Amino acid sequence: MRALLWRDLALAVRAGGGFGLGLAFFLIVTVLVPFGVGPETARLSAIAPGILWIGALLACLLSLDRIFALDFEDGTLDLLATAPLPLEGIVAVKALAHWITTGLPLVAAAPALGIFLSLPGPGYPWLFLSLLIGTPALSVIGTFGAALTVGLKRGGLLLSLLVLPLYVPTLIFGAEAARRGAAGLPVETPLLLLAGVSAGALALLPFAAAAVLRVSLR
Amino acid sequence: MLELIDVSVARGSVPVLEGVSLALGPGEALVLRGPNGSGKTTLLRAVAGLQPALAGRIGGQENVAYAGHADGLKASLSVSENLRFWAAAFGTRDISTALVAYDLSALEVRWAGNLSAGQKRRLGLARLLVTGRPVWVLDEPTVSLDAASVALFAAAVRAHLAQGGAALIATHIDLGLGAEVGVLDVARHRARFPAASGDEAFL
Repeated sequence: MRALLWRDLALAVRAGGGFGLGLAFFLIVTVLVPFGVGPETARLSAIAPGILWIGALLACLLSLDRIFALDFEDGTLDLLATAPLPLEGIVAVKALAHWITTGLPLVAAAPALGIFLSLPGPGYPWLFLSLLIGTPALSVIGTFGAALTVGLKRGGLLLSLLVLPLYVPTLIFGAEAARRGAAGLPVETPLLLLAGVSAGALALLPFAAAAVLRVSLR
Repeated sequence: MLELIDVSVARGSVPVLEGVSLALGPGEALVLRGPNGSGKTTLLRAVAGLQPALAGRIGGQENVAYAGHADGLKASLSVSENLRFWAAAFGTRDISTALVAYDLSALEVRWAGNLSAGQKRRLGLARLLVTGRPVWVLDEPTVSLDAASVALFAAAVRAHLAQGGAALIATHIDLGLGAEVGVLDVARHRARFPAASGDEAFL
């Protein structure tokens, strides 16, 4: 298991691994928004939490199809399935590796990018916390979607269509927590619901993803 | 170590082979023969547990180390990193015997992406040695190997059998494993196509 995690992390940061793709996308989106909607501080700070959350979500989506597709193409997935590792564990490690290489950099970068969007001062810790709680759900749900579409040629479009509706609850509660934090309102309720979505996804989806992977490998 | 009793397998819901029975004990090897498309790969994938058998029973799946058409190598990992990963995945440590057996020691630090097709194949076969599993299930193992590498492979199989291992190999060429190796012609087990084979065509 640990070997698989190290291998995935090493593959991500080496040439052609796609590390930084999501981060660059996130940066581009947040930098372009002020050009698109105008530089008024009041308008920007009102939409900043939502834009940052949408940017993080789309950046996450960008790298999902790599989770299993590359391993499927070169036969690694077949061989992993015959190894004495439980498929559920393989899926969970893959999701963890995706979160470390995609989700975690987004969480770390979001407060810095908040400056571009004049995010109000009290919003920074809540934006950081809501992304920290919410992005694991994005990775796990995305891993499930990647497992569903693994055998399909150019399954990226189908993957996005399948995964986006599942991302909506995370987006609603995450952006709401960040927005309330920025406005100085109590944030407990959306944060708890966001944590609930993440916990549920973490607990259930590795099993679902392993089940569909078994079918996809046939 | 590996036992198939009256096994039927299907590819894309169309039955291809039926009534296949075989048993492999320590030190035994069996070569599968048959024309292209006769179901050798499908049978081997079922033996490895990658797809369910339509009927029959497959015993000893937990002993199987499978090597298919793809080698499962990562281009941006070195030869030794690739092997070490598979050793860790199968809970073993030693990769030096595998490197020596397939003459890969000189290539150890090379990226797998920079290897030739035959060198990649040798690395893929070396993976079998680090799995520590006793039954090798090999699908066309000699593709893109030159004569010297085929000899290395045959030597590795003979050593594996001498240590009490077993091997089930689908191949078209004569590996020179000796006269005692059995041959199973899968063409004799070709499934008769049933009139209605389910509703898959409508899905």
